[in-house]
Amino acid sequence: MTTTQLRPLTELQALESESIHIIREVAATFASPIMLFSGGKDSVVMLHLAAKAFWPAPIPFGVLHVDTGHNFEEVLQFRDEAVDFYGASLKIASVQDYIDDGRLRERPDGTRNPLQTVPLLDAIAEGRHDAVFGGGRRDEERARAKERVFSMRDEFGQWEPRNQRPELWSLYNGRHLPGEHVRVFPLSNWTELDVWDYIAAEKITVPTIYYAHERQVALRDGMWIAITDVTPARPGEVIEMRSVRYRTVGDMSCTAAVLSNANTVQDVISEVGLSQLTERGATRADDRLSEAAMEDRKREGYF
Amino acid sequence: MRPSSPLLAPAADSLTGGRTLLRLATAGSVDDGKSTLVGRLLFDTNSVLTDTLDHVELVSRRKGLDRADLALLTDGLRAEREQGITIDVAYRYFATPARKFILADCPGHVQYTRNTVTGSSTADVIVLLVDARKGVVEQTRRHLAVASLLRVPHVVLVVNKIDLVGYSEDVFTAVATDFALLARSLGLLETHCIPVSATEGDNVVTRSHRTPWYDGPTVLGYLENVDDTRLAVGSDFRLPVQHVVRPQLAVTAPWAARAPQVNGDYRGYAGKIESGRVRPGEEVVVLPRSSHAIVEAIDTPDGPLDLAVAGQSVVIRLNSDIDVSRGDIIAATDAPPAPIRGLTATVCWLAERELSAGARVLFQHGTSITKAIVRSIEGTLDLDFEAGTVPCWRPTSSLTLNDIGRVRLSLASPVPIDSYREHRATGAFILVDDADGWTLGAGLAGSTPLAAMTAATPKSESQYPAQQGKPS
Repeated sequence: MTTTQLRPLTELQALESESIHIIREVAATFASPIMLFSGGKDSVVMLHLAAKAFWPAPIPFGVLHVDTGHNFEEVLQFRDEAVDFYGASLKIASVQDYIDDGRLRERPDGTRNPLQTVPLLDAIAEGRHDAVFGGGRRDEERARAKERVFSMRDEFGQWEPRNQRPELWSLYNGRHLPGEHVRVFPLSNWTELDVWDYIAAEKITVPTIYYAHERQVALRDGMWIAITDVTPARPGEVIEMRSVRYRTVGDMSCTAAVLSNANTVQDVISEVGLSQLTERGATRADDRLSEAAMEDRKREGYF
Repeated sequence: MRPSSPLLAPAADSLTGGRTLLRLATAGSVDDGKSTLVGRLLFDTNSVLTDTLDHVELVSRRKGLDRADLALLTDGLRAEREQGITIDVAYRYFATPARKFILADCPGHVQYTRNTVTGSSTADVIVLLVDARKGVVEQTRRHLAVASLLRVPHVVLVVNKIDLVGYSEDVFTAVATDFALLARSLGLLETHCIPVSATEGDNVVTRSHRTPWYDGPTVLGYLENVDDTRLAVGSDFRLPVQHVVRPQLAVTAPWAARAPQVNGDYRGYAGKIESGRVRPGEEVVVLPRSSHAIVEAIDTPDGPLDLAVAGQSVVIRLNSDIDVSRGDIIAATDAPPAPIRGLTATVCWLAERELSAGARVLFQHGTSITKAIVRSIEGTLDLDFEAGTVPCWRPTSSLTLNDIGRVRLSLASPVPIDSYREHRATGAFILVDDADGWTLGAGLAGSTPLAAMTAATPKSESQYPAQQGKPS
């Protein structure tokens, strides 16, 4: 045997193997898992890992998208293509349906991200899903730094950060009571840069809006917001055509672009490596609502 | 949808190129400056970005401080900010061109055993802090005993606040000598001490000119160069089977065009290699039934491997149709773990409720879960040991939160358990409450390095034989 083969795993090999181990544990020990899939880069990496975890068999569970109704057209199209590419079956929970029939009301600030929680919990209950994969990473946000890979949710979908089970070695404990479910985060130990390095190494396709493109935007609270039919300019805002890209993909009303000329994976990796702002800090208005905005949403059952 | 996109320039890197991964855990008592050290590591490796730092500066000013309090970088939950305490293990990420680091930041005062045990369970290195003015204290002895129990391969002692003792070599040497004695008495051989001021940044990431008498590495330099080859490939081959791969229909989705084609009668065993390495052609034994077979192939969607090592998730094919199912362990034929229905183990108790003899619990090991009964509790480890001695077992009839006890268990079915001393993954188990699913305890099978050395304790290790067989 050669010494080069006996070197330790690389970072990406170790992360990939850990995630595959987690995904396989869930499929083997839960009755009805489902994977959240938004078409964003983290969720497509997670779907790619699921495909690799079960090869040469197909992915043994479906994917769920909670559609706010204000998603980028490119991302929705990508979502459908990616689901076909990986051979998964897609279920959609629509925030718009909830607003149309009065079960949810539009917020005064127009942000639809917080509205996703109810359709998500309903879809989990209807499908009797006992395990729900999410693409959350611990490096994203400070409340997430403390979340377990297997994270318990009570029957109201709530997270109790002060009462989490210890998680040791790679012995994941998914036992739960009827009505409860477990959120599982296979990408817990990945960083934004790891995700992009993996996208490059595995040649994974992501939505085009992650790469630089010309778009009508306006500067709002220091963030570049796309100006569209559903997110019109506010009085006094100057609409500009700029070369931008997105670092996160979510509801148009609260996801901002960054000025960028990065139009290849390698350019994006260089840019992320040099960025002086965190991914969510740069682009997520919903995290700016308060100091503990993410913690509060997570407690209520958000992703 | 794939290579046609102009956005997908061929990636320069592959999965097998690039840096390695090191997992570390921090431990220290209150006010040793652990949060500041972690903040400093993140800050000086440029892992803290402007918006996070702006926030820390804002809060620091609000608290009346004249510069950014780096300890604030590690506050996670609202209750922690409000109460100024750290509640739970938090995971941090930083990287250099050489390595990526996953840091389990373990709070020192609240439930220190539970947190340190959790953080240490996956750690390659434990970073222990002491205050240079106080030296090795009770808490240091406790943390180090836990690190020793959990078999963390490398221990580094950060002698912090060296600026507050005038960068004194004598103070550092005295602390380092105490520590070396303690480490040796606990069976830890690979330790290193570094004089540090986390607040001033001395010897954390950049070498300090104020400690010219110290010629060892900085904290980051140490972490970048710790040898992890042994961790990756040492020890005997073990693979707990996660599931049997028997596709009724092989995957036909477009992505699979890049993966190898398989036959209709494909049968393989999926799992992550927990220790050692394996090659096609090698003989293995499948436990607990102890059936032998030859490894026919090691499959992955990226193609077959001629060698797979610890940490890799693979699918193993065997040359014969022996009965293999989830929960089994595929092991090297040399010294495989004997399937046993009873064992004595060290159990770190992690729950508020007490454990006493007669309790019925679930025993989760590898990928198997079996029922277990607590036959007896032989003793609890007294970690309040004096300098120059080692912890000893004290008789007890129950375990309470943060206790470390010797527990005799009977299992409902035979489980192939290794000794934790040799196999951290397959010698470990957790105890789970059958009613509400809570993780009650973390178990280490076989004798412990601490117990083995406590000749002067009330009961010696030899008095706790496993009921049927003994972990190898």
